[in-house]
Amino acid sequence: MKSAVLVFPGINRERDMARALRLLSGREPAMVWHADTALPPGTDLVVIPGGFSYGDYLRCGAIAARAPIMDAMRAFAARGGLVLAVCNGFQIACEAGLLPGVLMRNAQLRFICRDVYLRVERSDTPFTRGYNAGQVIRVPVAHGEGNYLADGETIARLEGERRVVFRYSSPDGMVDPNWNHNGAMNAIAGIINARGNVLGMMPHPENHVEAAMGRTDGRGLFAGLVDHFKQAA
Amino acid sequence: MISNEPAITPELIAAHGLKPDEYARLVALIGRVPSFTELGIFSAMWNEHCSYKSSKIHLRTLPTRAPWVIQGPGENAGVIDIGDGLAVVFKMESHNHPSYIEPYQGAATGVGGILRDVFTMGARPIACLNALSFGDPGHPRTRNLVAGVVGGIGGYGNSFGVPTVGGEVRFHRRYDGNCLVNAMAVGLADAGKIFYSAASGVGMPIVYLGSKTGRDGIHGASMASAEFGADAEEKRPTVQVGDPFSEKLLLEACLEIMAKDCVIAIQDMGAAGLTCSAVEMGAKGDLGVTLDLDKVPCRETGMSAYEMMLSESQERMLMVLKPEKEEEAAAIFRKWGLDFAVVGETTPTRRFLVRHGGVVMADLPIKELGDEAPVYDRPFTEPAAKPMIDAALIKPPMGIADALEKLIGSPDLCSKRWVFEQYDHVILGNTVQRPGGDAAVVRVNDGPMALALTSDVTPRYCEADPFEGGKQAVAEAWRNLSAVGARPLALTDNLNFGNPERPEIMGQLVGCIRGIGEASRALDFPIVSGNVSLYNETNGRAILPTPTIGGVGILNDFTKSMTIAFKAEGESILLIGESHGWLGQSLYLREICEREEGAPPPVDLAAERRHGEFVRALIRDGLVTAAHDVSDGGLLVALAEMAMASRIGAVLETPSGVAAHAFWFGEDQARYVVTAKDADAVIQQAKAATVPLTRLGATGGRVLGLADERPLPIGDLLARFEEWLPAYMAGSN
Repeated sequence: MKSAVLVFPGINRERDMARALRLLSGREPAMVWHADTALPPGTDLVVIPGGFSYGDYLRCGAIAARAPIMDAMRAFAARGGLVLAVCNGFQIACEAGLLPGVLMRNAQLRFICRDVYLRVERSDTPFTRGYNAGQVIRVPVAHGEGNYLADGETIARLEGERRVVFRYSSPDGMVDPNWNHNGAMNAIAGIINARGNVLGMMPHPENHVEAAMGRTDGRGLFAGLVDHFKQAA
Repeated sequence: MISNEPAITPELIAAHGLKPDEYARLVALIGRVPSFTELGIFSAMWNEHCSYKSSKIHLRTLPTRAPWVIQGPGENAGVIDIGDGLAVVFKMESHNHPSYIEPYQGAATGVGGILRDVFTMGARPIACLNALSFGDPGHPRTRNLVAGVVGGIGGYGNSFGVPTVGGEVRFHRRYDGNCLVNAMAVGLADAGKIFYSAASGVGMPIVYLGSKTGRDGIHGASMASAEFGADAEEKRPTVQVGDPFSEKLLLEACLEIMAKDCVIAIQDMGAAGLTCSAVEMGAKGDLGVTLDLDKVPCRETGMSAYEMMLSESQERMLMVLKPEKEEEAAAIFRKWGLDFAVVGETTPTRRFLVRHGGVVMADLPIKELGDEAPVYDRPFTEPAAKPMIDAALIKPPMGIADALEKLIGSPDLCSKRWVFEQYDHVILGNTVQRPGGDAAVVRVNDGPMALALTSDVTPRYCEADPFEGGKQAVAEAWRNLSAVGARPLALTDNLNFGNPERPEIMGQLVGCIRGIGEASRALDFPIVSGNVSLYNETNGRAILPTPTIGGVGILNDFTKSMTIAFKAEGESILLIGESHGWLGQSLYLREICEREEGAPPPVDLAAERRHGEFVRALIRDGLVTAAHDVSDGGLLVALAEMAMASRIGAVLETPSGVAAHAFWFGEDQARYVVTAKDADAVIQQAKAATVPLTRLGATGGRVLGLADERPLPIGDLLARFEEWLPAYMAGSN
């Protein structure tokens, strides 16, 4: 699996992501500068990592969404290329029109860094084939603006088309306001686009991939992607 | 060009924080009356914050060397060798006065400043810690200060992209008028590629890097060198405004030009901005510096020379550039969207020459600006010795179980989750131990090494006996590092005190420095960097003496770090060290008996060394399953913390010889609690090492069980532990 990680000024979780990709795919990802106009040839997976691109000026992800590399990104996604957008990446994807909705300020108006439980809603996507449907995984969040919001029609469509892929839950998989740290609508933590090739999620699976560091719940996402490309080859 | 600088008057001199004798010294040095710009330059270079005039002679007594120390105090940060060609660069700095005036920006720029001090030496920051002291929770400003300071630290560190992994938070009425924000940054560098600040070479370009200069923060350093009066609010324009995004760009650009070998010398612009950095770079290199202020990138129009020299606009560096690398370096900064401007050059004259609009605004002797700064040997008095509190004479006002619950839920001991969850402590994927334990543990690259990091001090001990308190701060840092299995290597000290012109305050400073030095020598734990913050008082009331110690230790194998949580039921709980039931200056005495009295627990440095080495050996040899040092609140609090971290209870044996409340809550030093599957093996090792060891009981169940006390369900303790701070910040208690 050949992956590429987009780096905008202010992105700061690209090393975390590169490490996860290296460990799970056996290959160093290409780090692609925001001012470039093309992705490396043969790219299978593009990752938009976390951080505070452009200092979150104007709106989170608003400026990055208009960076030169995004045209190539959009074309890649239109061709069916797989895109993993994490945290600031999710915000950028929404601003760039690759995903619906917006990420608002956390309901309690504070940045939160803690481990949360996610229920994997379906295992039949390239991003979640490494998990079982209904499985609960534990991954960290670290954000001040992760409160997913969309209008009623969009939410109905997302739910109806089963495009909510990760949901904040209790340890035993129940959706519960006490286990929704940022107030996201319907406890939405991650969604895919209509075509199913772009995933946006707020939590950081890339930080839970090493046994020696404590938890490995994030491995399934990357392992599943590697598997997907092996099968397709 | 007609100079329209104000005339020098006694009022103007005083407003610049210069005493009459200091001004006389200035005039004698340059042989004439200074220009307004020159007055500003002297006020910056000679204030307490930049010159250390009250503390210098005492700081010189501190031990700063060891075979693993590459750079001690005197540079932007300290540097230690950790092997494998790697060095750790670290320092702690205060931003107390600005944070009181404008909590969010004051704290944010404190973080920004200390990060720059680390990466200006060529180290990529890998962790931050901070030690915060706030006033009484009931004081009208406290809640706001906590929210702003924590918000600012998180806002800056999270955006910049460094994990904030540890620290301390305390509350006491003596900080009502003066909060303390001590920020520590730790970075990783190639041991062979450390960058220093001394300029070298005549006619070398001096380059301004980073953000544009504005009118923020003018006289920030002078403000930090004076007490607050009733006019504190009006000082708001002296607080700098931070932009972590710019700092992140600056970090990447600086590391790139360093990697491309463009840099001769580099220094960040912090306190007193362009003035301090330019003067120091030249003076250290025995060179003169000429600046042309017309070349300084400004974000406001019409800035005067005075303003440009004293602005503390953030996210700027000053460097001496290899002339042949100018194109390459400029291109790198352009790529990152930052300013790169040649603003001067080094000269052979040893003059500090500043021009603006073609006019010489300052022409001063560069070395004397630093070297001839006043150095004071201020008179000091030592506090009267406090009596030892006899525990037998302290009648417990409530039962042990009730006292533990109250202590666990008290502001100093309660969970600080509300604070540390606002800090990204996971970013970079190397945080082996997150906040909540004895020390933070951060892996070095992909391992196997890891750093252990801690920040410690017990101000009430320092107030009662500065010498013992100074020793104790270093000893506690030593214990916290040892308890996770790390070998302590070096420390940074951030000394926060009141007005040094008062002999009793000066006595606290001198005593604490003596104690720190004594402990540092006995433990082979040198001081490699530090900061002094004085004049932390309001309307004549000073803070508790607070010499914060930031400790760094090394673990050879990050997978072997030890944590405080009980690991399994049925394990033996053992106490290392001696317990005489020392209640003087204990939290039990303060929170339960409502008395702040007595001599603090004495520190036996030989015992600290022996016990720390013993605990590390136990961890290394796999003989223990959990370890925790005993400090604030005493033994029962330490045990409760171990139980709460694991949700496993314990059955504890009745102590003999010491009154129960003194045994469980006394704050005797040099003690650790460990758990072991094979107690006998540990007891044998203790005998061989002549380390006192006591059996305390066994892990198991869901309650903390003491004889003759009601059992304490761990769930209840956890509820108490977690509830105070969020409820307080929500305004509901």
